[in-house]
Amino acid sequence: MDLLDIARWQFGITTVYHFLMVPLTIGLAILVAGMQTAWYRTGNRRYLKMTKFWGKLMLINFAMGVVTGIVQEFQFGMAWSAYSRFVGDVFGAPLAMEGLLAFFVESTFLGLWIFGWDRLSKGVHLACAWAFSLATVLSAYFILAANSWMQHPVGVRMVDGKPELISIWAVLTNSTVLAAFPHTIFGCFAVAGGFLIGIAAWQIARQRKQADKAGELVDEEDRRTWHGSMRLGAWVAVVAFAGLAISGDVQGKLMFDQQPMKMASAEALCHSEAPASFSIFAVGDVRSPNCEDVKSLTVPYILSYLAEGDFTSEVDGVNELIPRYQAEYGTHYPNDPRLGQFAGQPIDYQPLLPVTYWGFRFMIGFGGLAALGGLVVLWLTRKQRFPKGKLWAPLALLGIGAPFVGNISGWVFTEMGRQPFVVAPNPNPSGVDGVFMYTASAVSSGVTPGEMLTSVISLTALYGVLLVVEVFLMIRFARGGFAAVMPPEKEPGESDSDEALSFAY
Amino acid sequence: MDLPTFWFLVIALLWLGYLFLEGFDFGVGMLLPIFGPRRSEHGNTDRRVMINTIGPVWDGNEVWLIVAGGATFAAFPGWYASLFSTAYLPLLLLLLALIGRGVAFEYRGKVDTDRWRRTWDTVIVLASWIAPAMVGLVLSANVFGLPLDANGDRVGGWWTIFTLPSVVGAIAVVTFSMLHGAVFLALKTEGEIRLRARRFALRAGVPLLLPVVALVLLAQFRAGSAWTWIPLVIALVAGLLGVARVAADREGQAFFLQAVALTGVVVTLFGALWPNVIPSTVDPAFSLSISDTAASDYPLMIMTWVAAFGTPAVMIYQGWTYWVFRKRIGTKHIPPVHAP
Repeated sequence: MDLLDIARWQFGITTVYHFLMVPLTIGLAILVAGMQTAWYRTGNRRYLKMTKFWGKLMLINFAMGVVTGIVQEFQFGMAWSAYSRFVGDVFGAPLAMEGLLAFFVESTFLGLWIFGWDRLSKGVHLACAWAFSLATVLSAYFILAANSWMQHPVGVRMVDGKPELISIWAVLTNSTVLAAFPHTIFGCFAVAGGFLIGIAAWQIARQRKQADKAGELVDEEDRRTWHGSMRLGAWVAVVAFAGLAISGDVQGKLMFDQQPMKMASAEALCHSEAPASFSIFAVGDVRSPNCEDVKSLTVPYILSYLAEGDFTSEVDGVNELIPRYQAEYGTHYPNDPRLGQFAGQPIDYQPLLPVTYWGFRFMIGFGGLAALGGLVVLWLTRKQRFPKGKLWAPLALLGIGAPFVGNISGWVFTEMGRQPFVVAPNPNPSGVDGVFMYTASAVSSGVTPGEMLTSVISLTALYGVLLVVEVFLMIRFARGGFAAVMPPEKEPGESDSDEALSFAY
Repeated sequence: MDLPTFWFLVIALLWLGYLFLEGFDFGVGMLLPIFGPRRSEHGNTDRRVMINTIGPVWDGNEVWLIVAGGATFAAFPGWYASLFSTAYLPLLLLLLALIGRGVAFEYRGKVDTDRWRRTWDTVIVLASWIAPAMVGLVLSANVFGLPLDANGDRVGGWWTIFTLPSVVGAIAVVTFSMLHGAVFLALKTEGEIRLRARRFALRAGVPLLLPVVALVLLAQFRAGSAWTWIPLVIALVAGLLGVARVAADREGQAFFLQAVALTGVVVTLFGALWPNVIPSTVDPAFSLSISDTAASDYPLMIMTWVAAFGTPAVMIYQGWTYWVFRKRIGTKHIPPVHAP
């Protein structure tokens, strides 16, 4: 493998891994702040239990999100120095803003929240919860603005072959980020909703089993609290899916406009069609140039609707788009030694179709599955009911994975669908045309494959170990229930001075 | 002053903030086995006292590094690109250490067995040595020069970053952090650990400052100007005075004097670097300067507004955090382990 492949694998592995943590952190952080608000306003102990329990799981996950995020920022300079030099004028600003305006708030107020239970007044402590959870959302905005610029470059002019920022406002209000941001945040809530459902369902089933065995009654307060958590999760999952569908539709229409090749690849659409039909499922190799090996189950008109909002419009196929890209951006890579094996070679404008085609379907499919689960749970738990039977709890637990798979597939699709570009040109530009960069020319030229291989192996190994540890702790604390996270009751005679901290590492 | 020069100063300030704040975090990590030996009966409680002095703040402190990196990317893309790709392996080690360390703080108390705690303690201690060593190595290599070609890429292999000054820099940041951590612990704890920390700072203080002295003198003789003698001398005086104030039982003053000393060190180093951002050891003509690598004026102006609003805000709320957690911690404050 050469440097470029290793660097791409590293970016893929570390980013997908980071994004396992991020959506759960963002979704849970907001929900926990909401739970704490409910406790603050009503004084109901059930809400405190929820805050403490879900807050603890959030923290176990938060730590991993934070530490894997540092890699992301360093990686641009370490592995993609040519990219960093090219886009630095534009791309650095949102990253620096994220650090200065969001990440500082996030980590400082998180520390205050964890350790401040008895040091701060209830109101201030609650404000800290909102500060760090909203800062995670703001963080996401800046990062998505940077990513969206790579999908749809705006706010720049070209000076000496490099984009120069002329409007930060255009970058921060890029149509692409305005669609990607809600889509991503709803994705975060879909993950958090599924998480609440799965673990609460498991706890309800578990409590019942234990009580049956011991011949006792189930603790009614705890049971109600799990029930409440589960219904909250279900509502969140259902609403999140509605949001995902609407924002995804907007995003899709933008993408047809801005990156036609990506959307043709999402469908593995070989030839232009009018009206175009949407493929639900395909058998065979979707890479075959004229779709001759593919049997696809399609729904007529739908793709035209996804693209243009009507049922007749023509949608361009990969085969029609390739010559258009060749005419616009050339047929061969420049003969630059820094392009390595790509120097002077023909440019392959077609992304990896199996990845884009299935990535797109997995995104929608697993997202929809999670929403369906939410609906079922809402029905089963209506009017304070508790579902019966043995199957539903393990299924709910398994369902935690669905929105994760949906999220990751969506990202893999959108990033792989942009290839061979790292900064995608927009042939039908609402952005600034002529601003683009090949992934092949983005990689660090001063770094050796040996170094890059060392880093991808060591990071992957460490990430692997830490994933096992995180899941182990999650299971342990999920099993521990409320008892493991609620502060021990005070002895009546205990004085307030010189007492132990309410929380300490 | 033009915008690029201003941003050069901002980046020096961010490094200063990082070295000062995470410096004592690293020191606390290094001193864990020294002040809270495993064999001692209440070793774990002692360690928990130490870890909890930085518990609420270490994460916020680490963000200074992230912002230093991000600000370099935004203000000097060429500097960021050349430094980070050239220092690939040391930065990888830094990342691995920071990942392990961050997770270790959060996870250490989550299972109540000795084996679990021992494992994470090992991670904290190892990472607390490796991380400052790599920070020192990279920062000092940056100041003394890297083998850059005309394109800003490295000539030669990964080992080229290990030079005499960069290794001295690595040692200097480690020993400074160690002393800094000891003074911080003397300031933030009570009882036995406070006494141990004070004894340690007194005995080891001067030897621990020696590598720092070596580093600034190297920088001064290699690339300093006449005026950089001023911060250098301030750094020396403040450093020694700081150790003396520990002897006089004034830990707060000692801590403040360390901030002064560190400021002197950082000003000397960045003063020696200016007007370059990375000198090239291959050919001075390939050196990257402030004007070569700076972003255009518009993003710099935007960033200036953001920093003008953001930096004071950060200082205020981080300062407030230190105020909220200002009380000294002793073994009696440590609650029993509460884990499923």
